Amino acid sequence: MTNAVQDSNRHTISVLVDNESGVLARVIGLFSGRGYNIESLTVAEVDARENLSRITIVTSGTRMIIEQIKNQLRRLVPVHKVHDLTIEGPHVSRELALIKVASTGEKRVEALRIADIFRARAIDSTNESFVFEVVGATEKVDAFVTLMQPLGLIDVSRTGVVAIARGPKAL
Amino acid sequence: MVHHDTMTGAEILLKALVDQGVDVIFGYPGGAVLPIYDELSKQNRIRHILVRHEQAAVHAAEGYARSTGKVGCVLVTSGPGATNAVTGLADAQCDSVPLVCLTGQVPTHLIGNDAFQEADITGITRPCTKHNYLVKDTNQLARTVHEAFHVARSGRPGPVLIDLPKDVVQNRGLYQPPSKTKSKYNPQVKGDLRAIEKAVDLIASAKRPVFYVGGGVINSGLAACQLLTQFVRMTGFPCTLTLMGLGAFPGSDPLFLGMLGMHGTVEANMAMHDCDVMINIGARFDDRVTGRLNAFSPNSKKIHIDIDPSSINKNVAVDLSIVGDCAHVIEDMIKVWKARQPKIDERALRAWWAKIEEWRGADSLRYPASDTIIKPQYAIQRLYDLTRSRNPYICTEVGQHQMWAAQHLRLDLPLHWLTSGGLGTMGYGLPAAMGVQTAHPDALVIDIAGESSIQMNIQEMATLVQHNLPVKIVILNNQYMGMVRQWQELIHGARYSESHMDHHPDFVKLAEAFGAVGLRAERPDQVDGVIAEMLAVNRPVIVEMRTDASENVFPMIMPGMAHNEMVLGQEDRSRDNPGSEQDGMVLV
Ligand SMILES: Cc1cc2nc3c(=O)[nH]c(=O)nc-3n(C[C@H](O)[C@H](O)[C@H](O)COP(=O)(O)OP(=O)(O)OC[C@H]3O[C@@H](n4cnc5c(N)ncnc54)[C@H](O)[C@@H]3O)c2cc1C
Ligand SMILES: Cc1ncc(C[n+]2csc(CCOP(=O)(O)OP(=O)(O)O)c2C)c(N)n1
Ligand SMILES: [Mg+2]
Repeated sequence: MTNAVQDSNRHTISVLVDNESGVLARVIGLFSGRGYNIESLTVAEVDARENLSRITIVTSGTRMIIEQIKNQLRRLVPVHKVHDLTIEGPHVSRELALIKVASTGEKRVEALRIADIFRARAIDSTNESFVFEVVGATEKVDAFVTLMQPLGLIDVSRTGVVAIARGPKAL
Repeated sequence: MVHHDTMTGAEILLKALVDQGVDVIFGYPGGAVLPIYDELSKQNRIRHILVRHEQAAVHAAEGYARSTGKVGCVLVTSGPGATNAVTGLADAQCDSVPLVCLTGQVPTHLIGNDAFQEADITGITRPCTKHNYLVKDTNQLARTVHEAFHVARSGRPGPVLIDLPKDVVQNRGLYQPPSKTKSKYNPQVKGDLRAIEKAVDLIASAKRPVFYVGGGVINSGLAACQLLTQFVRMTGFPCTLTLMGLGAFPGSDPLFLGMLGMHGTVEANMAMHDCDVMINIGARFDDRVTGRLNAFSPNSKKIHIDIDPSSINKNVAVDLSIVGDCAHVIEDMIKVWKARQPKIDERALRAWWAKIEEWRGADSLRYPASDTIIKPQYAIQRLYDLTRSRNPYICTEVGQHQMWAAQHLRLDLPLHWLTSGGLGTMGYGLPAAMGVQTAHPDALVIDIAGESSIQMNIQEMATLVQHNLPVKIVILNNQYMGMVRQWQELIHGARYSESHMDHHPDFVKLAEAFGAVGLRAERPDQVDGVIAEMLAVNRPVIVEMRTDASENVFPMIMPGMAHNEMVLGQEDRSRDNPGSEQDGMVLV
């Protein structure tokens, strides 16, 4: 099966790392150096006492590549845990986006109406612009951005995906 | 103010090295490491070997490490000193050699300022070290050194770099002994017993088995090599070794099939292709070994034992994997085997061995003899015959001579074979031999070289002379970058673009200029004589053998071909059109 063409699948991987300088460069360098995809990557400290950060990576590849990615991550000395949320059971994932729409008149009203449907909040507004905050699964944020395009969308800032397993157990 | 229990960073560093068992450092000084050199001069527990180029310091440390099983240690200055070491680090990374490389760095307050001799060496070496550190606080220095040695030697070994800003080694701080240093890095060494039992069952049921063994067994150490030998002999199954695994199983044992892969023997490659159970221990399915992946051993169940989970299912999907140190795993396998007393299929095995003997009959390493010109294979065979009783350490450079050495030396002892396999670094052999000789002052240490490779680190002749390291360098001078010429002949229409050097130094005079001994053989009948002369002197020697310039290494699996599609010799090569463009992955 070695060369068989396999379907590429998207996986969300949670990585617990020491919060030290260079650790992000190691993770990103591994992806670029080995030609793996990064669709989204987020990182922030999650445990100040133990000095741990959590990185959430959304990547895609064949089964063998995804296994490689996880094993390569585990090889890094400051990496403590690597979990593939996609195959380890149900999980929830969210992304937050700030979206600036500059328009007036009919378009401005329509933008507000759609924001309402998406439960996006206007967190800044001027006479000719809004900044919306929208939270949800990646697809929802994508859909919102697409709908805003003809309504004066001029700027987008997204956090990338954060994810966590459902249920009572920790990582 | 000086506290009594504090020490300077340089003092802390040296104490930590001593506590880690370091007795030799290979290095080269410069501004950023002067405080460390100052401290070195005040002690005599650690010997310093002053090299002539930092790349050589790293290869020497590799030679030291691979021939002793200990961690090699390197000390170089910031900027150019550190960047010169990069090739050596990449080499050690590819071949899993445990090293700690200490680099000087500009003082912390200047980092990032484009200061004099500043290089972002942790950034540069991140992809070619197992791990690296930038120490910013003298109080963290001891801890960092201890962890670095632990990381270098644990799990899959590799090079670790510690970047030391000048102020960090000058400031004072507290020492911390190894016993007080805990690391979170603790790779799994014991294999899963259920998997081991399954593996034993599968091995016992085999009709056409083969052991495919690699450098991981050497990495694991002498005990692993002994256990492997015991286990293979218990089964009576055939065993082949990778270039990096040579010596892990005795080369003179009848169960040994020779090296496999691109320049492996017919019996080794055919056994790999036709086997029904493959037992991979500490080998990584390298592309030089597998040939075309979709034709690689198509009908076998594959067992893979490796300490690094990322080696498993990387190139080849296996049926049964065991993550662990091979010494531990083989030990458990032997226990299970003994407990179960499995009934093996004697009839099938007899038939399998008959098949193997047939392939052996092809005598795929034979070469045309000559009494007028020195055949490189002949030179190596004579070298082997005339030195084997002294259990020499053999290092090589990279090229055809390396392959002939791998094919024709039937090494019986582990840790006695040192070659650059993964990176294929020309210029590795001489400094590696230097490191081996430093660790084993009384041993016979030989570097088998090509005339091109040897020129990459020839400056180290001076190091050999200065430190009384009587390394023997045997140059097979075929006037060409022979391995490149071979590929050009076979794959690029015999267009010998830039693979011939019109000018070479007079190697005999060159040896003498360095203060070493130079010898030369130009005809086959001179070979034994120069070898005897070489062995008689207790000084560094260069022996130049003028060898046949047109000789090629066979058998050869052409790029993009499979194990059962070997080209056996010059006459055989028109058979296929090699070098199908599809496989640009294979490099000379
Ligand atoms: C010109 C040239 C030609 C070459 N031709 C050939 C050829 O014909 N045949 C050939 O075989 N090679 C050849 N090579 C070498 C080749 O490029 C590879 O370096 C080599 O095949 C790799 O050997 P290996 O699989 O034993 O792996 P190594 O690189 O030695 O890796 C060791 C493996 O063992 C694992 N390991 C490490 N420690 C342990 C432990 N304690 N327990 C368990 N596992 C462990 C590691 O994780 C790794 O997977 C050639 C090189 C050159 C330069
Ligand atoms: C540093 C480096 N540069 C280039 C190569 C590519 N290369 C592989 S073998 C070889 C020729 C080696 O020539 P020589 O040392 O004379 O050995 P021979 O093949 O003739 O025995 C070259 C250039 C390499 N392996 N390493
Ligand atoms: Mg040559």
